[in-house]
Amino acid sequence: MSLPADYKYSKEHEWVKDEGGNVRIGITEFAQSELGDIVFVELPEVGDEITADEPFGSVESVKTVSELYAPLSGKVVEINEELEDAPELVNESPFEKAWMIIVEPKDKSDMDSLMDADAYKQMTDQE
Amino acid sequence: MGKKTPLYPEYEKYQAKTIDFGGWDLPVQFTSIKEEHHHVRSEAGVFDVSHMGEVRVTGPDTTAFLQKMLTNDLEKASFGQCQYTAMCYEDGGTVDDLVLFRFSETEVLLVVNAANIEKDIQWLEKHALGMDIIITDESEDTALLALQGPAAEPLLQKLTSADLSEIGFFRFQNEVDIQGRAVLLSRTGYTGEDGFEIYCRASDARAVWQALIEKGARPIGLGARDTLRFEARLALYGQELSKDITPVEAGIGFVVKPDKGVPFLGEDVLRKQKENGPSRKLTGIEMVDKGIPRTGYTVSADGKEIGFVTTGTQSPTLGKNIGLCLVDASYTSPGTEVEVQVRKKTLRAVTVKTPFYQRSREDKK
Repeated sequence: MSLPADYKYSKEHEWVKDEGGNVRIGITEFAQSELGDIVFVELPEVGDEITADEPFGSVESVKTVSELYAPLSGKVVEINEELEDAPELVNESPFEKAWMIIVEPKDKSDMDSLMDADAYKQMTDQE
Repeated sequence: MGKKTPLYPEYEKYQAKTIDFGGWDLPVQFTSIKEEHHHVRSEAGVFDVSHMGEVRVTGPDTTAFLQKMLTNDLEKASFGQCQYTAMCYEDGGTVDDLVLFRFSETEVLLVVNAANIEKDIQWLEKHALGMDIIITDESEDTALLALQGPAAEPLLQKLTSADLSEIGFFRFQNEVDIQGRAVLLSRTGYTGEDGFEIYCRASDARAVWQALIEKGARPIGLGARDTLRFEARLALYGQELSKDITPVEAGIGFVVKPDKGVPFLGEDVLRKQKENGPSRKLTGIEMVDKGIPRTGYTVSADGKEIGFVTTGTQSPTLGKNIGLCLVDASYTSPGTEVEVQVRKKTLRAVTVKTPFYQRSREDKK
């Protein structure tokens, strides 16, 4: 699997893409393949505050529910409404079409504690 | 690492994702639960269910003993017939639900849930005092493959000289030849589709599996087995049934025969529940709000807790978020509004008729 090199990654298998001011967040290829067929995605609302390492939503596969952990703190400025009707996008295109939320970070330096693609790959290779 | 069935090397070939299921390493999926589910509904799939237990009861007192231990009426099963039945505690709680194979007056094979094998045997032995019977655990030496789906019969027919159309629903034949290997073959299953279950020696399992795959059966994991049985409202021990849930409450009161003319364990409680109706019952629900009911979630109505979800998921066949719940019987007529506590949210749902899925009558054998 190829990981976008310009994204950052969390231990909980979220990715974060720096888009200048705001950041875009989703889950990784590894996460979707572990979950299997995604049938439901629950996201916060625009305007909600999310807190690093705390759940901001959930993804459900046929078999299980899995919480989404915020990779950093901030305010939700946009959500991917397409996922409501097409949760399978998470399986098909986790790094592109199935982005989940766009966040205005509280403190951009939170990004520094995340992994780069190489470090994340190393972590998942061991799982 | 858990126990492995004789077929473990076969699913390694697919790099199937395995999970621990009652101490066994079993494949949860080969490709995708949804794809595998649809394949069984439309074609034919093969499941490794070798983890199930096989316990043989033989001896002159076999029939009398099992009439006492089991809730269904064994005498109603002719020789060569399978029967779905339950084994209960004195208080009506369920020890296990099982399918039995009646070979003769003096020989019956019990097929029990993997997680319950030891418990069941202990329970049987505890009540066997003075009975002229022998209880043998054959689980280790027996592999079990389930071939399920509308294409099961034509597919299996290619591998045997036995006329499969002669084996009716819940009937079995012993010593059926499948490519030179003698198997016990029944027209049974756990998917709501037509199909067969093939009991063979553990050492023959891989050859039988490979032959089925070669003829076009797709391997199916436990994930789809669960969604298939759930849509057909087939109970899973540990969810719909437990030591705290009676067969009557779980909606399988048809396996309880208080009038069989022989006393059996749990009879008093089960008879009353059948006569007066149980105070709680299994019902189907469909979510009105967005969310998926899951095992253990609380169900409420009129501002009070009325029960809990036993199984729930998004139904691959219907595309709806549905569940089975054990609730206060006064809330079980279809169309009743209830609420499900889905983590932090209270979501609306409505009770619906079950089974959620039933194959069309013309297809029934």
